[in-house]
Amino acid sequence: MAGVTVFAVLFLHAESQEEVMGLTLGAAAALLLLARFGWNALAAVSFAGHSRTGQAAVLIGVLIIAAVFYDQHFPLLMLASVLLYIVVCLGLNLQFGYAGVLNFAGAAFFGVGCYTAAVLTSHTSLPHLAVVLIGGLMAAGIGSLLILPVLRTHGHYAALVTIAFSILFRVFLEVNDTLGGPQGMKVQGMEILGWKLNDSLAFGEIEISFYANYVVLALVMAAVAFMLVRRLERSWIGLNLDAVRLDETACAAFGIDVARWKITAFTLGNFLTGLAGSVYAMMTGFVAPNSFTFGDSLILVSIVILGGLGNPWGLSVAAAIVLMLPEKLQFIQEYRLLLYAALVILILLFRPGGLMPRQVRSYLPGWKP
Amino acid sequence: MSTLLTCDSLSMRFGGLVALNQLSLAVSAGEILGLIGPNGSGKTTFFNVITGIYQASEGRVDYLGHDLARMRAQDIYRAGVTRTFQRSRLCLPLSIFDNLMIGNHRRLNHSLWFNLVRRSAFRAQFEEQYAQALALVRTFSQSLAERLFEAAGSVNMIDRRRIEICRALISQPTLLLLDEPSAGMTHEETRELMDDILIVREHMPGLAIIIIEHEMNVIERITERCIVLNYGQKICEGPYAQVAADRQVQEAYLGTE
Repeated sequence: MAGVTVFAVLFLHAESQEEVMGLTLGAAAALLLLARFGWNALAAVSFAGHSRTGQAAVLIGVLIIAAVFYDQHFPLLMLASVLLYIVVCLGLNLQFGYAGVLNFAGAAFFGVGCYTAAVLTSHTSLPHLAVVLIGGLMAAGIGSLLILPVLRTHGHYAALVTIAFSILFRVFLEVNDTLGGPQGMKVQGMEILGWKLNDSLAFGEIEISFYANYVVLALVMAAVAFMLVRRLERSWIGLNLDAVRLDETACAAFGIDVARWKITAFTLGNFLTGLAGSVYAMMTGFVAPNSFTFGDSLILVSIVILGGLGNPWGLSVAAAIVLMLPEKLQFIQEYRLLLYAALVILILLFRPGGLMPRQVRSYLPGWKP
Repeated sequence: MSTLLTCDSLSMRFGGLVALNQLSLAVSAGEILGLIGPNGSGKTTFFNVITGIYQASEGRVDYLGHDLARMRAQDIYRAGVTRTFQRSRLCLPLSIFDNLMIGNHRRLNHSLWFNLVRRSAFRAQFEEQYAQALALVRTFSQSLAERLFEAAGSVNMIDRRRIEICRALISQPTLLLLDEPSAGMTHEETRELMDDILIVREHMPGLAIIIIEHEMNVIERITERCIVLNYGQKICEGPYAQVAADRQVQEAYLGTE
């Protein structure tokens, strides 16, 4: 864990392309070595055994990274973005990884959250926590309009419905003048009970970037969402979702209501996505239709596949890789979609379980028969 | 014994094909009924109609006051009818225990609040269910009982069949439908499996079983009564010895010497 933290700090610190490239290759080599000697399996087992300490270590690691970059905007913005993306991908993982509902409109639901925040902060004086909540509810609500066609179709066809929605959403934003059209909208910074997240904190000489506030907020959100998804997986509901994905006929024969669980997963997932979206909008201060393209939705799906379907730890790692690498390696930027596509194909071919394949469900942490 | 299930002129048509033709039969509580007949004679279709996977074209299926022919599959399961499938339908990536719990759906608490927040209550239910699953699987195989938390896909075909039967039994149904449980097994394995089913049945008085089977010695050994189907129609009914001696049955299915 300490090693990973140090690596993340170095990585965010690295300025030149060569340094970044070197670090990336170094990490890849280290991981390959670990895999070669089966140490990652060991790590996974020990992680499962000490899940509490493992989780605490991750939280502390993130805070250390934030502390190291306390006065720099960019690394903290990256960090907060990764954390919010983790929330989104946790939502997608509920839908796709567990219930098997392919959602290619992740970015669109994220956008619903963003635009809800933009409209509500500029036209009303609702408390911002309520705005975030409404952002989540809006995404869940708009998702429930989609649920009927999604339930009536299966597999690829349900995916097509979400693709259609994703494209529809962007076109709608571009032609809608009250929502700023292609120019987008400004969003106010967040304020919770008098605490303005967009003001930098200053302790004497030391001035802390205001993004540190958002890192803390995003970390709390990611931790809560993570816990929620973990608990869901380790329960009868998680089992129902898996059964719905794997065999609908067997489900029906054993009383599992396929529609009910698809709706649960779809709605909860969109809710998480909307929550993250509204915080993201307030953090960046600006929303525009260009951030919610079909391509962005594909990136979200690729994060979930890359990390390992159904594994919250895996998608967290994948979110960090997929978001940070192109930011750091500028020359990748232009080719990033191409690169992700290639990466996903490689993963599906050679490691269908993803970077961190999901383990068989254990209902209670540390429980042994 | 009281009557558990009564089918009254049940028909199932797929376009022009008549898979079940005016079938009437009755099953008593606690009875083991064998369902035999050549391939395509409508045996599995009959199961699919009773369990709500197909909607019957005509007729009634009366079961403890419900009309199964008009009910959804999930409600039929909740009323206590479970089944196994001819071709194994386990969720292979999930653990054996997970698969059993899918079969136990009607006895688990599925509310979000219970599952997410009341974790100590969940723990209690989990431990209770684990003990029951363990006891049930032990009746069938000790080695399988030790592997409950391994993926169902990691065990061999015979164990998969055992899991599937356990999945159908764990919710303590009143009517169990077995669709060719012995397919792909040797005689010895089949005999063991049947013994195990009979042992479990002793603890579940009133459990009626309808079994589709092509192994005639299984039918002869465990069933009290047989019904022979041909082209979706009942051509004969009675104890195995009587059915086997029937001329029509020999011509249609068993073959003449």
